[in-house]
Amino acid sequence: MNGAKILLESLKKEGVKVMFGICGGSVIPVFDELYKDKNINFVLTRHEQAAAHMADGYARATGKAGVCLATSGPGATNLVTGLATAYLDSVPVVAITGQVATSLVGNDAFQEADTTGITRPVTKHNYLVTDVKDLARTVKEAFHIARSGRPGPVLIDLPVDVQRSDTSFSYPEKVEIRGYKPKIKGHMKQIKAAAAAINSSKRPVIYAGGGVILSGASEHLKKFADKGKIPVTLTLMGTGAFPDTSPLSLGMLGMHGTFYANKAMQESDLIIAVGSRFDDRVTGRLCDFAKEAKIIHIDIDPTSISKTVKVDIPIVGDCKNILTSLTRLTESRERDKWHKKIGSWKKKCPITYARDDKLRPQYVIEQIDKLTRGNAVITTEVGQHQMWAQHFYTYTKPRTFLSSGGLGTMGYGFPAAVGARYGRPRKTVVCIAGDGSFQMNIQELATCVVNKIPVVVAVLNNNFLGMVRQWQDLFFEKRYSHVCLGKSGCERVPDFAKVAQAYGAMGIRVEKKSQVRGAIKKALEYKDGPAVIDFLTEREENVYPMVPAGAALDEIMIEMA
Amino acid sequence: MKLRHTISALVENRSGVLAKISGLFSARGYNIDSLAVGVTESPDVSRMTIVVKGDENVLEQVTKQLNKLPDVITVKDFKDTDIVERDLMLVRVEADKKKRPELLEIVSVFRAKVVDVAQDTMMIEVTGDEDKLRAFTELMRPYSIRELARTGVIALERGGK
Ligand SMILES: Cc1ncc(C[n+]2csc(CCOP(=O)(O)OP(=O)(O)O)c2C)c(N)n1
Repeated sequence: MNGAKILLESLKKEGVKVMFGICGGSVIPVFDELYKDKNINFVLTRHEQAAAHMADGYARATGKAGVCLATSGPGATNLVTGLATAYLDSVPVVAITGQVATSLVGNDAFQEADTTGITRPVTKHNYLVTDVKDLARTVKEAFHIARSGRPGPVLIDLPVDVQRSDTSFSYPEKVEIRGYKPKIKGHMKQIKAAAAAINSSKRPVIYAGGGVILSGASEHLKKFADKGKIPVTLTLMGTGAFPDTSPLSLGMLGMHGTFYANKAMQESDLIIAVGSRFDDRVTGRLCDFAKEAKIIHIDIDPTSISKTVKVDIPIVGDCKNILTSLTRLTESRERDKWHKKIGSWKKKCPITYARDDKLRPQYVIEQIDKLTRGNAVITTEVGQHQMWAQHFYTYTKPRTFLSSGGLGTMGYGFPAAVGARYGRPRKTVVCIAGDGSFQMNIQELATCVVNKIPVVVAVLNNNFLGMVRQWQDLFFEKRYSHVCLGKSGCERVPDFAKVAQAYGAMGIRVEKKSQVRGAIKKALEYKDGPAVIDFLTEREENVYPMVPAGAALDEIMIEMA
Repeated sequence: MKLRHTISALVENRSGVLAKISGLFSARGYNIDSLAVGVTESPDVSRMTIVVKGDENVLEQVTKQLNKLPDVITVKDFKDTDIVERDLMLVRVEADKKKRPELLEIVSVFRAKVVDVAQDTMMIEVTGDEDKLRAFTELMRPYSIRELARTGVIALERGGK
């Protein structure tokens, strides 16, 4: 069997049903096998970056590994942003790249790039396979590493002559990597210490992140919080890990977190960090971060612990197991005083906006929430709309909010939505986009039209690179340097509805508040392909609350209505 | 406070592994004093000895980050360990006939070796730990050092293992 077929057979052993990518000279043998294989659905994208994001969206929506495939050189370099995005958000993606023949490697051959060198800092691990006999084992290892421990992208670089070489195929049953043994079970002594701290805490807060979702621990988190009556704040990546509808929910924390979540962190006496990593967007100015709080940190990655914030009780392991043990040892408590205090903050500064006649972006998201009954998978691009999508949609389940949190990649959301739809074909998938970000991978409308993928793209079109404009507004005296996307004045470019129609998609333009619901309904009902709604929203709306970069978490700017 | 630690890692003896490790150091801004690699008693395992400087926090991260790499089999920070540390240095100094006797005296005190002699230079080989090599280098400076090369520190634990 040749290497190309061994690759596909190995992928099928790993349960791969769909792959995203683009062909090229040094992966033609693999494509020739794909041509003959009816069990893998290959989705031809229009850009390799989008292929990587689709694999990522597929992975985030399902919990399975997503797979993308690209040719050597430019194909591989185009994957890099997608890999970095997946790396920073710990998403299991396996990327396969063609490479020039082993005899040419290192010669600056046509379409040669040092793919393993370029991708080393943005992958959890990578391989250059130079002997076809190593291929099956490499695929097995790649999937194991991508999915286990703290997940992440793994790349396999496969020279074209290895794809053509023959060997017998046998897929290994087990993986044995002596340098790779993620620690799953938490240390019981540490868990007991944590429980004691929790039971004696008067003002505890759970600060949960994407790790809870990756570990499949949402229900365990809920049980734990409910038993101890402990309020829960989520990171952007943790959105969906705990229901927004719970009275214990504080919403998101950090730079654009709620007033009450940030306040609760700062005034708490015990922070229980679960699958989160004290990112600078979350802690604010470090020396003023939660000064009175003891910190428990549960994480599977030891390098996350005490990286930025000194932790009192570290517990390394999978949060699902640890939460289960911790719940058993946690005593029920009422903590009335603490909840009253939080309640008063909630009342004082809820997340809100001006509910007037203008077409405001927050209103659009509220209506998407209502019309999908909070049941859609939401993906976002990066910018203001991303924060509003977090604030104004109601998330109650994990894997329903897909967003590039760590790298903040504009161009992520739309292809991620496509990947999510492949992974969960019965779900409504809506991408909440900005007009800037959408243009970074808008070409994938073609992929959706051709394959009849009914994702809805809601463009909150402010004709600006809005988030940067907001910073210029607040911190640079409104010097709007190169953030306007339209012609001078305010004519918006492009007309997204027409662009969509040109691709053969549904395109709707919405200029008034009264048209919002009708347009969303129409788009949601359309099942023959993608639908783009261009909402011409208020142009200078700002995201609040906001903790300016470098400020303490409770130095919060609130909207002045 | 800046500390200097010697970290010893057993790694897979494969192409690309050195790049993964040195890349990790440069990406995270760790300061390496020296890095020495060589194969061990098992041909598929190399030992990497890394001398790093940083505060407690940084050094803890270095060990953890190394451990995280699938190609790294074990990592040990030798901070509280009794070890034998060695570094080998070759140094070529100016040595005309007049200076040679003095030089040879220093060489013998340091249990160093003259390994090459030319018209007006001499190459000396000396082995030892960081302090010894530094002291020797300082003593050589007045003779004008033409060239100098070091292998970097290698180390093993003392005692029966
Ligand atoms: C690839 C990439 N380039 C640049 C940035 C910096 N950046 C962050 S938000 C933003 C503006 C996004 O504009 P838009 O997509 O229109 O969303 P809005 O903020 O207006 O909602 C920019 C340029 C980024 N995050 N990603």
